[in-house]
This record gives sequence, structure tokens and C-alpha cells, in this order.
Amino acid sequence: MAKSIDEYLRTQFMPHIWCPGCGHGIVLNALLRAVARLDLPKDQVCVVSGIGCASRAPGYLDFNTLHTTHGRAIAFATGIKLANPDLHVIVVTGDGDGAAIGGNHLIHAARRNMGVTTVMFNNSIYGMTNGQYSPLTPSGMFAATAPYGNVERNFDMCELVRASGANYVARATVAQARQLSTYIERAIENPGFAFVEAVGSCPTYFGRRNKLGSSLQMLETLKKNSVTAAAAAKLDPAELRGKIIIGEFYRGDAPGYIELYDGVIERAKEAAGK
Amino acid sequence: MAGKCDVRARLLQGNESCAEAALLAGVRFFAGYPITPSSEIAEILSARLPQLGGKFIQMEDEIASMAAVIGASLAGMKAMTATSGPGFSLKQENLGFASFTEVPCVIVNVQRTGPSTGLPTSPGQGDLMQARWGTHGDHPVVALYPSSVAETFDLTVKAVNIAETLRVPVILLMDEVVAHMRERVIVPCADEIEIAWRPRPTVAPSDYLPYDAGPDGVPAMADFGTGYRWHVTGLYHDITGFPTSAPAKVDHLVRRLEGKIANHRRDITFTWDEHMDDAKVAVVACGIVARSARRAVRLARGKGIAAGVFQPKTIWPFPYEQIAEIAARVDRIIVPEMNMGQLIGEVQRAACGKCEVIGHFRVDGEPITPEEILARLEEV
Amino acid sequence: MISAGSPEAPVLVRREWCKGCGICIAMCPKKVLEAAPDGKAVVARPDDCTRCETCEIMCPDFAVRVVAKRAAAPAGRREAVADGR
Repeated sequence: MAKSIDEYLRTQFMPHIWCPGCGHGIVLNALLRAVARLDLPKDQVCVVSGIGCASRAPGYLDFNTLHTTHGRAIAFATGIKLANPDLHVIVVTGDGDGAAIGGNHLIHAARRNMGVTTVMFNNSIYGMTNGQYSPLTPSGMFAATAPYGNVERNFDMCELVRASGANYVARATVAQARQLSTYIERAIENPGFAFVEAVGSCPTYFGRRNKLGSSLQMLETLKKNSVTAAAAAKLDPAELRGKIIIGEFYRGDAPGYIELYDGVIERAKEAAGK
Repeated sequence: MAGKCDVRARLLQGNESCAEAALLAGVRFFAGYPITPSSEIAEILSARLPQLGGKFIQMEDEIASMAAVIGASLAGMKAMTATSGPGFSLKQENLGFASFTEVPCVIVNVQRTGPSTGLPTSPGQGDLMQARWGTHGDHPVVALYPSSVAETFDLTVKAVNIAETLRVPVILLMDEVVAHMRERVIVPCADEIEIAWRPRPTVAPSDYLPYDAGPDGVPAMADFGTGYRWHVTGLYHDITGFPTSAPAKVDHLVRRLEGKIANHRRDITFTWDEHMDDAKVAVVACGIVARSARRAVRLARGKGIAAGVFQPKTIWPFPYEQIAEIAARVDRIIVPEMNMGQLIGEVQRAACGKCEVIGHFRVDGEPITPEEILARLEEV
Repeated sequence: MISAGSPEAPVLVRREWCKGCGICIAMCPKKVLEAAPDGKAVVARPDDCTRCETCEIMCPDFAVRVVAKRAAAPAGRREAVADGR
């Protein structure tokens, strides 16, 4: 039987800082259940984050935890993984942290197929700074810095990361918490760079400003708007407007940077011995 | 090469000297981004590190390089990066993170004429203040500054050792001229040099308080993955490592961080001087300018001028006491530097009006010549 | 710190962690939970609990625990997935 996730919490710091009904707690819960099912030793898990609401997660987790600078978690994680490949390195990031300021590190870690699992807590907004629009705020939505509606288009993170070369790419919303947890579990197990976009909700800033109702109503909306990849393939663009495509988009086994670099070490030693 | 190591003289380029010294001091991780005039360090280490089982990675940018270095250090490897002015600017936020979270690392900044893209890649000494105050907030930092290829070797080893023992980022400020010139270096054997490691916890994981420092101000550091599960954050934190905003704890941390450098000031202050015993006029210079100053002072002595030269090899913490002592017994201090006056401010602070302090600033991308300094020594 | 409807309750709510969002109450298929006057969840009908764990999984605050789990899942069994592939 899987361990209780309580074991992974630094319970002395609970309750956490997230607002009532915040989807981040559901994502973190899914992540911890994945770790529990994999029965990873706590000493061998390293959780790295940047700055923002999602990035406060590591402080509550009884692993090796690193709360870094804004957007840079994946770059820090890269150094950790290279220095100690035995560690399960998991990056927790938000949509502002990971898709805006940290977007470059994300695509390059995917390109390198670096052995890091990244879980992006997408709440469509900068929550920590009171609700400015992010690269994942859907067009037309309102934000503290988009008082007339967001004219920018939002990224499809899964397409971006897949195109960049990641070995595992999946998306679920917090309305599919079990599925989300399974994806995170597979992401951790999959060698190379793995990415899971967890679409959640920020009832405080995104929800209020866009009149999306309570956290519960936002959950219902997420559920209603979710379309599986298979179903989405049969819909035309107009029907897909406002929908969230969920599913596993890619599972590959291309060699990761860590193992390829082992080859570099071998060749270098051989060259030095000559 | 297994077996006995022979001490041997080698003709090395400054950047090569830095790379070889880093390896000897135990650096096994390098992350960097191409930038002239520091790129040779990355190129050499990309070949040498994997030979020793170490790791090299060329990151997507300067910011990521600094981040990866900190990550690798947290996971137990001695880590460094190398860059130049524009890259040094980009690294500043994460450099502050390393300083505040006390993660050992070495940052080589081969300076070029700035600001901005400036003169790629003519020498300049415009990053002295950035090395001290480039990142925001009060923070501890150490900066060493070699004037020759041999000194580069020596100070690189010292930089790694200081970074480890004091758990502080150490900046190796280099001049483009030193980085690219070739000189003779006596390369020591590994067993001939002191190699330091970060202090390790002596308590069980359950009793480990990651930021509980002893009287010397340096807390013990556990590597990630060794059973000590601790939290590292750029937020103000207490001795447990977890965030706090309690004024007394905030105050304690910022003072301890400053204090740990002050406590070890004597151990990490390196200087060189010549003809200072009876000098009436002193030249205070660092890096390649100290070489010109040395020549100028020798020429001046030949002309009967009581000149001396003092070279701070440790720029931060600045050797205020030594300069104050010099200021008390000379009539005048000349400060030649390849910027509009950065070193001179600290010299004036130390001299505190006890003698005249005169600057000689050159900012055209050309090194200061001995003749220029001699001319200033001849002005009375 | 744990409160429950009865000592044998299959579901426990940590009042100190609960922020009263109401998600567990709404999501429980058997209406086992109710809101206390302060909005926080309390176990009202413990006997109706089927131990589906939806409340625990959906609680954003780690405040709800199903203490008496269903029989252990066979080794290697995943959580239910309908991933659309």
C-alpha cells in the first residue's frame, strides 16, 4: 500500500500560504501521491522552484528543497542533476515563472533532454504579484495589467515543450486530479526531460477579475472545458475555442543528456589515456 | 600520468592557468556561456573536466550558467563559471542568491572595457565596484585580482578554497591582458597545495540546523542527497533555513553574513609590495596596472625618487588597514586604474586625509604604461 | 488537531489546515461532509462514506484524510486514468 503523503509534508508550516480553493494545493497533492506510489526515498528527491505562488511549494515538502530566483529553477535543477544524477529532480514552477521569465530555460532543458521532471502549475495569472497577465492567460481575459482584455495570445506549453524535444509531455487539469497524478508519476519515471502542465485555478485574482465564480465553480468550468486529445482531434478550431486539451501528448525514450554525457566522460578519459 | 607528480614550469595563457588551477583545487563542475575574453576557460574545461569525471555544460545564457553552478555546488561538486562584463551583469541576481544562501562557487570575470558591449575586447578595469555591489542588497562577497599568469594560478586555487571554507561566492577579477598573455608558471602538485572543502555537518540529520553557525560565522553545509534534507531559499531565513520575517532574525542573518568575512579578513587578504619601507610616494594599483606600476617604481628609484608600489590582490574585502598604514607615512598615493576612478575611492576612504591621493585614469581601451606612471611620480 | 464526526469516522478533517473552500463537501458523492458555521468541513454522515478518497484528493489544503483506506491496490496498479489515447 502506498505511503501516506503526510510523510512528505513539513507539517509544522501548515496550513500553507495559498488562498482558499487555490488549485495549487490540488496539484501538489497529486505530485505527492505520485511520489508515494513510486515510493521514492525522501533523501533522493530534490524539489526546485523559482518565484511565485507555485514556487512556494518546496518549503512545505520534506525533501531536499531549493527555492531559487524568478524563472531559473530549471537551470538550478540542471546543475543539481548533473552533479548528482541519482537524485530525482522535480521542478515546480508557475506559468509566469516557467513560461515567461523562465521560458528559455524550459525549452533548452527540453532540447537537451535533461533528466528533470517539470510540473507547471498553470493558474493563468501572476498570483503572487496580485493578478497581472501571464503568457498563459487566454486571449480576451482580464488581468491587473490587461484592464481592457488580454490582446496577447497564450502559449500551448505542451506543444512548445514537445517541439523542443522533451521525452514526456502531458496535460491535465485539477478537475482530473487522479489523472494528473498518474501523469506526474509517469513523468518522474520517464528518463530524459518530462513536462506536465497542471491547469489549475486562481479564484482570488483570475477568478474574481473575470467573474468566474467560486473555486468550486472554477473547478466545474475546468472539467466542462476539458477535452481529451482523442476527442479534440475530431473537433474543428471553432469548437476547440476555450477548450483545454488534456492527455499524454508524447512519451519517448530518446537518450537523455545525463547518459550522453557519460559517453563524453568515457571518450575524454580514453583520449587522456592515449 | 599516474604516479609521481613533478613540479614543473609551464608556459601558460592566463585563462589556461585559471582553468588548470581550478582543476587542481578540485573544481569538477563548470557551466558557462561563450563570451570573449573568457571563452578559453570554458573551452579548456570542456575538454579537461570529463577526463577527470567532472561535468561541463554550456548553458543557454549567463543567468542559467550561474544557476547551474549553484545547483551543482548544492549537490556536492566544487563549481565555477567564467564570463566577462555583459555576462557578469547578467549573473548578478543569482550571484546574490549564492551569497545569501551561502553556496560556495567561483565566478571568473575577465574584464573588458565597458559599459554595455563596450570595446570587445580591450582591457578595462571598470568592474571593481560591480564585483562588490553588483547584486542588490547587503551581501558578503570576496574578490581576488591577479596581475600575472602565475598569480592567476595561485589566486584561482585560493578563490576555490575561500569559496569553500567561507561558503561565499568568490570573484576572480582578471584583466584581458593577463587572460590572454602567456607566461611561465610553476605548476605545483596536488599534494603541495592546500585544498579546502566546505565545513560538513558533524551532527545527525535530525539535529542539523543548516544556518546555525559557530563563532566563526560559517555554518556546516550538507550536500543534497546525503540524508540531510534541508531547505534553501533566497528569502530571509533563520537557522533552520526556513523563511522568516522576524526583525531580530533578519538582522542577525545580514550581520552574520558580513561578519563571517570580517572574521576571516586576515586569512583572505593578499597583497604584494615593493620599495615601500622608505617610500614617500606610493603607487596603489591592481591587476595588470600593478605590473606597470612596479616597472615605473623601479625606474623612479633609478632617478632617486623614493617611490614604492602596493598591490592589493584581494580587492574585496578591501585592505583598508594596510592602505591606512601606508597613508600615515607617505606624502602622496598615486592610484592608476583603467576606469574613471573606482579603486581610488576605497584608497581615499582608507587614507582618510592623511596624505594626498591622486588618480590616474585611462579609459581608451589601452593599458596604462610604466612611462605614464613614472611621469606622475616625477610630478612633485 | 484532528476532528471528526466520531472516533470511527473514516474521514478526518484537520480544522487547523482547512480554509473552508467547500470543495470536499461539494465533490463527495455521498454527501458525507458538511460545512460548519465557520465554513470549514465537518464529517456529518460517516456511515455513508465509500472511501473513494475524492475529498482527500481534491482538498487543496491537505486537510482531509480518508484514514481507513480501501483494500490495498495490487502492486503496480495506477490511479484510474482516462487519458484519451
